[in-house]
This record gives sequence, structure tokens and C-alpha cells, in this order.
Amino acid sequence: MSGHDHHHDHGHDHGHGHDHDHSELSETELRVRALESILVEKGYVDPAALDELIQTYETKVGPRNGARVIAKAWSDPAFYARLLKDATPAIAELGYEGRQGEHIVAVVNTPDTHNMVVCTLCSCYPWSVLGLPPVWYKAAPYRSKAVRDPRGVLDDFGVSLPKETKIKVWDSTAEIRYLVVPMRPEGTEGWSEEQLADLVSRDSMIGTGVALQPAEVA
Amino acid sequence: MDGAHDMGGHQGFGKVEPEVDEPIFHGEWERRMMAITLATAKPGQWNIDMSRYARENRSPRDYLNRTYYEVWLGGVEKLLEERGLVSREELDSGQVLLPHKNVPVLKPDEVDAMLRRGGPTERKIDAPARFAVGDRVRAKVMAPTTHTRLPRYVRGHVGTIELLHGAHVFPDSNAMGQGEAPQWLYTVRFDGFELWGADGDPDASVSVDAWDSYLEPVS
Repeated sequence: MSGHDHHHDHGHDHGHGHDHDHSELSETELRVRALESILVEKGYVDPAALDELIQTYETKVGPRNGARVIAKAWSDPAFYARLLKDATPAIAELGYEGRQGEHIVAVVNTPDTHNMVVCTLCSCYPWSVLGLPPVWYKAAPYRSKAVRDPRGVLDDFGVSLPKETKIKVWDSTAEIRYLVVPMRPEGTEGWSEEQLADLVSRDSMIGTGVALQPAEVA
Repeated sequence: MDGAHDMGGHQGFGKVEPEVDEPIFHGEWERRMMAITLATAKPGQWNIDMSRYARENRSPRDYLNRTYYEVWLGGVEKLLEERGLVSREELDSGQVLLPHKNVPVLKPDEVDAMLRRGGPTERKIDAPARFAVGDRVRAKVMAPTTHTRLPRYVRGHVGTIELLHGAHVFPDSNAMGQGEAPQWLYTVRFDGFELWGADGDPDASVSVDAWDSYLEPVS
């Protein structure tokens, strides 16, 4: 992954096939610009629809959705029961539904069992509750190692579990999307759902992390 | 196909390295590429399995040397070209050279409904499930040259049916334009020792989602 942001995020007119002031744009950046301009000129895509898609995943859909689901599961036993029975309609109660969240299964961490989710074949991820996946989730080291050495992966994330904790890895090879319900930290009795949601990190819902401790958000 | 995308269990890729405070996109082109990928499905009329096949059907060198959204770029270019919507010459030159086709186009006010609808894959079929929770099954040994969702690392191994998901669109046929041909979908759990022998974690298991025709009974 090219790890740097370039300085041409503005959307001014941009021609092709002639000299211009974007000599530092990579081959890929130029190719994407060319593709978009062809698609727009041919009328196959509406640039305003592209903007709407981007805005949705930058501002509306992200791991805060999932954190609210987990906080409610920790607080509301009836919701928790519905979540475990059939997570998709339970999560839809909170307004989170649709693309890459059509069929969700919630898997619960306990002192005995820790769950971790991967897609070894591509990048399947529960977008409706976690947003778009981070680069590491889509990259070769995680996809190759999670099924073979999950404890090694946890080590890479600085997470150490008790030796006797069993690890269950879920490889998302179909359209089923898995959401890990992390263990509720101790010392959070009486917390509101909004406070509890602050303890639920994205990684804790993938299983490469655990919920934050109260002291970490104080 | 048994391409470089099927990464489960491979070694040598090194540590997982999370990026601190990772942005959702690394630069404008990634933003545009994500949106173009979602928007072009409407004029292109391809399905998610065709998209995945278009991304993975390339040489390992090509697949592994591309970043994530570069793979998406390659996939969209291939699909557009296959359907005659955009030619290779147009993609290479950045110039429109051929007339456009009349195809449906995603409008901004349709985006929210499109995303909310998603693409559910569960279908009703008459056939009862062949397996029940607790049944022992073997993942078939297979080596298809086209799209499949049975990863190599479980093929030939014996696992236990863990969940039933109803019938779902079968990606192997759907990716090839041969119809949805829904089959029962199961989650199958494999013990670490079964997959990796003594070199694996004895206290770890791996569960994969597998369609009925990927599995055979174990007596």
C-alpha cells in the first residue's frame, strides 16, 4: 500500500493525454482518473452518485454502528437473546442493514472461547456494522496467518489471552458476516449504552482486540 | 480457481501490521475507486461473484503486486471491457473512442436505497438439508479452474457441521453467468490439528461457510 496521501484531493478539471501539473501522480491515480472521466463522459456513472457513496462510508457507516449493537447487547438481555438467535433483524432494529450485512451471525466471546473473523479469499467484512475494512484486514499477512496461527496474529496486535482460552476462527467464505461480541469489561455496572459503546473498538468486534477497560476511556 | 487470492495458511507474508489512526481511504483515487466499483454494477449488470472472479482471475504476480483498490481497478476494467462498455484502447488512452450503450445508471437519490437493500443471497429451495448440526463431513478435493469459495486449506479435511444457513446463491455458477443455482449453505468447523497437524494450535479451530456440493458425508 502506498502509505502516503498525495496533495491532489481536490476535484478540478483534469484533461488527459497532455502535459499537466500532476507529474507526481502515480500510474494508478492517473488510470483511475481516466476511468472515471470515460465513465462520466459515456454516461455510465453519475459523479454525484459517486460522491454520495463516498460520503456514506466516510460519515454514516462505521464501527460506531457495531459498538452501539454491542452496547445494547450488554445492556438489554432481550435484545441480546434476539441478537444470538438471528442477528440480522436484531441489528436492523437499530437501523443498520443492507450491503455486506445481509446475513449477520453474532459470535460471543467468553472466558473459555475467543472468536476471530477473517476472509482468506478476499475481504468480506460486515460493512453495515463496521464500515469499510482496514488495510491489514485485506492484506496477505492477516489473511494467510489468521487461520493457521491465530494466537500469533493476536500477538501481532499486542493481545495476550490466557493459555487455556480456545480460539475460534471464522473464515467468511460466503455472504454470512460474523460480528464478534466481546466480553463486557468489569466495573461497568450501571453504565449507559452510550458510555459502553465507547469501550467497543473495531478490533474487538473482529476479534483481533478486546473491549477497552474503563480506565482506558476515562 | 486456485489463485494467489486463496491465502489461508500460506507462510512468509510476515507480521500483521496495523496502521495507527488509519484513514478510511489513502488518497482521493481510493475513494473514487470504491465508489466507481459500487456504481458500475448497475450499468454493468454483473453480480458480486463475477466481480470477485474478475479480481482474482489474474497471475499471482499481478494479484500480489497490486494494492487492494488496485485489484478493484483491474476487476472493474476487466468487467467493463468484457461487456463492451469500455474498450481497452479507451482505458489506456483515457479518451472516449466508441459510442456509449444505453444502460441503467445509478442516480444519487438511489444510493441510499441501493445500499440498504444490499444483495441478500438466501433463496428458497425445495430440497431438504443433506446434513444436520453435528454431522461429520469432508470438504471435497477439487481444483476448479473457475471461481469457487472453498479455500484450498480445508480441501480433503474432515470437519463438523456447526450451523445451517438455509439455501444461498451458489457462487461457482453465479460467477460464470450460469444462474444462481442455490444450494444449502453450512458452517463447517475444522479442528486445528486436522488442518495443520502438530504444527497448528491445538486449541484453535477454523470454521468456513461451505455449500452443499463442496461437502461429502463421512461415515
